[in-house]
Amino acid sequence: MRCEEVAELLPDVLEGGAGAPARAVRHVETCLRCQAELAQYRRLLRALRQLRFQLPEPPAGLLSSLLGGVEASAERHALRAALLRRRVAYAAALAVAGAAGAAGAAVLAGRSRDRIRLAG
Amino acid sequence: MGPAAHAAPRDPLTASSPARLAAGARWGGETPEALVDAARAGDRSAFEELVRATYADTYALAFRMTGDEEDASDVLQEAYLRAYRGLRRFRGDAAFSTWLYRITANCASTHVTRRGRTRTSVLSPDAVVPDDRPEHDPEARASVNSDRARVAAAVADLPPRLRAVVVLRDVYDLPHEAIAAELGISETAAKVRLHRARKRLRERLFPLRGESADGSDP
Repeated sequence: MRCEEVAELLPDVLEGGAGAPARAVRHVETCLRCQAELAQYRRLLRALRQLRFQLPEPPAGLLSSLLGGVEASAERHALRAALLRRRVAYAAALAVAGAAGAAGAAVLAGRSRDRIRLAG
Repeated sequence: MGPAAHAAPRDPLTASSPARLAAGARWGGETPEALVDAARAGDRSAFEELVRATYADTYALAFRMTGDEEDASDVLQEAYLRAYRGLRRFRGDAAFSTWLYRITANCASTHVTRRGRTRTSVLSPDAVVPDDRPEHDPEARASVNSDRARVAAAVADLPPRLRAVVVLRDVYDLPHEAIAAELGISETAAKVRLHRARKRLRERLFPLRGESADGSDP
């Protein structure tokens, strides 16, 4: 393999796992330029990993703003839940009233039919 | 608007960090797992404790992805609201921090796309808190320290599409699959972008003989 071909594989060698083709590995073992390039990629990866522990300072007030957002969301959720409960209770009451009305009407209708039959 | 000025150095292992989560650290007398369980059961104060413990670390991710303090703050607002609403769906397959990173990455990606911004160079070396953790290898530590500020600046100068992938993979160690899912791209596209980002960074930061530092051939 030529250095140019191997160079294209080097950024992915950092992933480990699958690794590079054996031909590329053999090339790197005998090529100082490619060894140097691989070493620079490893140096880059070490430095990138260190950024995880290099924290930019969050702006003042961010935490209270985040907590305020969570609180407001929780209150909205509670309000929606209360409204939903009230709507469900209202609908249930309407349904019960409707059912009671229908039952009453059925009883009245039954009685009036009986009266007509007796009169006849 | 740039980030806050240099703050007092702090040890990330005593502040909020994924390392603390992984180590089963205790916050407010509770383990992270207990806090997550309590928050999932509807305990808002437990969720607030999780916010306190993780926001500095999550802010760092949002800041690195957006390159802007104001945008990062907006991203965090959205991310924590989504996390709060979606907490019941968190099954604990991954660490809470990883779950939060994914949400933050998704929010940041959407935010950057929506704003159509390509802000760069705001992550100045002065904007960061140095890592003063002891290293096992003093020589490697000296080398890494000298590289760190340059690397942070170079990452910030990458185009947002490349920056997002390299930050999520090489800084935050998210798997390709998660990165692709949260950025709304294929896994192959995520790998291609990572390849390009690493190549560009390597050429800029650590040029070989015969290469110029801006990555172009002489």
